Amino acid sequence: MNYRWDWSILFKDTYMGWLWSGLLWTVIISLASWAVALTVGLLAGSARSAPSRGARLLAGLYIDVFRNVPPLVQLFLWYFVLPEVVPDSFGLWLKRDLPYPEIVTAVVAIGLFAGSRVAEQVRAGIEAVGAPLMPAALATGLRPAQAFRLIVLPLGLRAIVGPLTSEFLITVKLSSLSLTIGVLELTAQSRHVENYTFQGFEAFTFATIGYLVIGLCVTGLMRFIDIRIGGAALRKTPA
Amino acid sequence: MIVIEDVHKSYGNQHILRACSATVSLGEVVVVCGPSGSGKSTLIKCINGLVPFERGTITVDGVSVSSPKTDLPALRARIGMVFQTFELYPHMTALQNVSLAQIHVLRRSRAEADARSEKILARVGLGDKRDSRPSQLSGGQQQRVSIARALAMDPRAMLFDEPTSALDPEMINEVLEVMQELALEGMTMMVVTHEMGFAQRVADRVLFMDRGQIVEDAPKTQFFTAPASERARQFLTKVLTH
Repeated sequence: MNYRWDWSILFKDTYMGWLWSGLLWTVIISLASWAVALTVGLLAGSARSAPSRGARLLAGLYIDVFRNVPPLVQLFLWYFVLPEVVPDSFGLWLKRDLPYPEIVTAVVAIGLFAGSRVAEQVRAGIEAVGAPLMPAALATGLRPAQAFRLIVLPLGLRAIVGPLTSEFLITVKLSSLSLTIGVLELTAQSRHVENYTFQGFEAFTFATIGYLVIGLCVTGLMRFIDIRIGGAALRKTPA
Repeated sequence: MIVIEDVHKSYGNQHILRACSATVSLGEVVVVCGPSGSGKSTLIKCINGLVPFERGTITVDGVSVSSPKTDLPALRARIGMVFQTFELYPHMTALQNVSLAQIHVLRRSRAEADARSEKILARVGLGDKRDSRPSQLSGGQQQRVSIARALAMDPRAMLFDEPTSALDPEMINEVLEVMQELALEGMTMMVVTHEMGFAQRVADRVLFMDRGQIVEDAPKTQFFTAPASERARQFLTKVLTH
């Protein structure tokens, strides 16, 4: 291989600035879309076991649509199509007045896609671990909503910290899709550096390490949460 | 106290309960026995509305279980229930298991509820286990926590659905002793069980069920010495010769 490595470009002011700003946007978009995913996923996943048929159908529709359309297509729909199909004034507002339009769009699109996956995990946790205790909770006189909030949901969530860690990691990696609508996140900035310096290997090494460190932080955080809420202890088979 | 009148229940075209009628008076201990699949568990779950039924009526303390006007949670709060597989909340300590419904249903303060829970845990012989989680307790201990959880609500009656069927033989007695004490204190109890020794010691009456019907409803002595139906006689020969 005939490649002249030059690690010093990573420490040149301009390029270092680009890469670090890319890393920062990746972190911001990841955390924001995870917040959206978790909120929407909790609501939709819980609604799947709601007494109201309407709520169950609505949640099911959301999950089916958002889980089955490629996230990149969803991103384009939100960014390019939505402003054209809504009433003119709102479309204009989306295109002209919305602050950080690419970033907000990326957060919404990635968050709603990941949310549909989180919803299915939440539903599975509730059905497998939480719901079997519903009769016992009701028998003590708790109202169905109380039994759900105090027993069924907390147990269901404890059971799925592992799968949720994976969803969180996927959400981080999906943030790189936002470069397609012009967000200068970590992957975009690495390409940017490559275009200017022809030192793409160094730039993408930086990006790789960046994603790796974020991923390890996420894994560590989720493991910490799992231990704090006693999830691991619950998965041990009782005597 | 509990009046069951002509209750029918079916899943699809399979009849689980047919024309079941029975009464449990205040302070009475009624044991329900019969072969597996005879509808015992279903019947007892109909009493606090955990299982809906199609025909007939059940009234508890004068309140109809199936009436849409009934506040079912309020009714359930006054009837304790103990399940075959304990059904404790695995993410909570024994104390939290016993306190939860006191706090959220009876609106007791946490301190008040915990004090009451400690007293009841001590009463079922688990005073030292308040901070243990269900997974750290033996089956017999778990079932006693579950009895404590029901008792903490100061129930007017207790329903037991095969409380010892999931236990190792050596743990059965510690649970039965707690139940026997309860009975002696005058608690109204309906107990689905295969423990005929318990029935002989503690029951006032025995209901014998077979294929969804209450075949026999007799005072204890009469049931064990001179059962009226052939089916009950067969059943008794089988379980008592063990």
